[in-house]
Amino acid sequence: MVATARWEHFPHDADVGVRGLGATLAEAFEQAALALTAVITDLATVAPKEMIRLSCETPDAELLLVDWLNMLIYEMATRNMLFSRFEVHLEGNHLTAQAWGEALETARHRPAVEVKGATYTALKVAQQPDGGWLAQCIVDV
Amino acid sequence: MDLALFERKSEFEWCIKPFGKMRVPGVIFASEILMREMDAKVYEQVTNVAMLPGIVNASWAMPDAHWGYGFPIGGVAAFDADAGGVVSAGGVGFDISCGVRTLHTGLRIEDIDRVKMRLADALYHTIPAGMGSTGTIRLDTAEMDKMLRGGARWAVEHGFGTAADLERIEEGGCMRGADPSQVSEQAKKRQRDEMGTLGSGNHYLEIQRVTDVYAPEIAAAFGVKAGDIVVSIHCGSRGLGHQIGTEFLKRMVIAAPGYGIALPDRELACAPIDSPLGQDYLGAMSAAINCALANRQILTHLTRQVFSAVLPQARLPLLYDVSHNTCKVEEHKVDGRLKKLYVHRKGATRAFGPGHPDLPHELKNAGQPVLIGGSMGTSSYILAGTEQGMQRAFGSACHGAGRAMSRHQALRNWNGSRVVDDLEGHGILIRSPSMRGVAEEAPGAYKDVSEVVDAADHAGLARKVARVVPLICIKG
Repeated sequence: MVATARWEHFPHDADVGVRGLGATLAEAFEQAALALTAVITDLATVAPKEMIRLSCETPDAELLLVDWLNMLIYEMATRNMLFSRFEVHLEGNHLTAQAWGEALETARHRPAVEVKGATYTALKVAQQPDGGWLAQCIVDV
Repeated sequence: MDLALFERKSEFEWCIKPFGKMRVPGVIFASEILMREMDAKVYEQVTNVAMLPGIVNASWAMPDAHWGYGFPIGGVAAFDADAGGVVSAGGVGFDISCGVRTLHTGLRIEDIDRVKMRLADALYHTIPAGMGSTGTIRLDTAEMDKMLRGGARWAVEHGFGTAADLERIEEGGCMRGADPSQVSEQAKKRQRDEMGTLGSGNHYLEIQRVTDVYAPEIAAAFGVKAGDIVVSIHCGSRGLGHQIGTEFLKRMVIAAPGYGIALPDRELACAPIDSPLGQDYLGAMSAAINCALANRQILTHLTRQVFSAVLPQARLPLLYDVSHNTCKVEEHKVDGRLKKLYVHRKGATRAFGPGHPDLPHELKNAGQPVLIGGSMGTSSYILAGTEQGMQRAFGSACHGAGRAMSRHQALRNWNGSRVVDDLEGHGILIRSPSMRGVAEEAPGAYKDVSEVVDAADHAGLARKVARVVPLICIKG
């Protein structure tokens, strides 16, 4: 049986790893995005009030994960927003997504760090023995 | 790390003989204690870097080396364009030209003691720190390009600091070869509100006291004596640098096979120096260096404003400004001949020895100041570049304490508010928007910076000059 969708962090000397697990690759990408926000703040404090649409395409699924996370990092930085809900659709290596969140409020969200970029280190996108999917990489903070 | 993997060349030099696709040896400069505690990933990453085309002499790691991405943090590698050498976006990293600058104040501890709380609050109020904080300067497209070409020189022209500051910055405050046209609109947009901001993570602004002087003659040339109060600022090129790193990493990962480069790790993404992509990156990266230099210059100006309000008798001339994450064109002796090399320093400091032409006149005999940041509760150090260091790793030294554990682990071990209270009990005032951030940066999460600095000194990379301890720390 495929485990329910979830995310986790995994340790790196200087930075932090984000890992998404899900029944489908798209779900694993959604969970990895939740893990990304959780590097910065407590997810429960981020209300999914506003929605933005995103899309990207890369030569392979691992590069796609890095692109997806980097797109979110860019949107967080330039819109000054945090996101707490994601819907990802994949067709081959073409990704379209919706992300819901709200404006960053320092006093309420108390951001621990800002994320500089998603890296190719410990980068892995793979199907698990249980049939579920895993998507992970280190993010630089 | 398993020491059996290394040939010990001297007490502080550990060598990995070339094997497999390695073109040169790997060398780690460290004490036995640091080596034993070092992450085994450093070995793997030093070895991977040694496989890149055109690498000269060795793939080095400094005493504070830890697991990075692609290159180890604390990695140094130089490449020769004539030998098919590469420039690597991964070898520079995301926070291009992240660095440290130290300012004199002319003050003593008794001056600070009277106003310490007020000074801490005023600095925290004035220096934008943490995610989402914005500066007061907005640059239009034309002005952004001027900033990217001019660096700290641009900042001084706009009233942020003085011409005297520029002499105390690498490259005279302005990196040559910057090409704003290679910086994407996205990177410029990401920088729009971030001029004059500190950032987060391990970035800080500290008021420090000089506690020990180890090399009086050099310290005198640096203008540093025991009991002095100094200010140190650690930050980088902000969103612009991060975005340039992100974009060029991807471009280089995709283009590498076309250049016949087999990457042992995708994060080592690189392109031949002489290729269009290599040149585009060098133009964009140089622009990001200027962005970092301008940013630290603006923060310096803000710091001076705070001091002029709280301690009007203080003057804050710049001691020096060093950059950590760069690729710079430098001339070094290879087999007895001067050669033009592209020196990557990833979490490593340039440490030019006495007499180097890049040094300002007053520092010519002393060597370049090398500013080493510790963790927020412990010491930082001022070192000086040496002639020996020029031969060791092309004039490079360590850059900080280096983390001893992950943020993850640090969060489990410490509570931010308690860290702040503890440090206040030791006379160190912390101001930060995030207690979780403070916990992740707890002093205990870092290696012993003194051990790192002693290893750099004993290995001959740079000479220990003075030790400073924090009194006030503004943390992003």
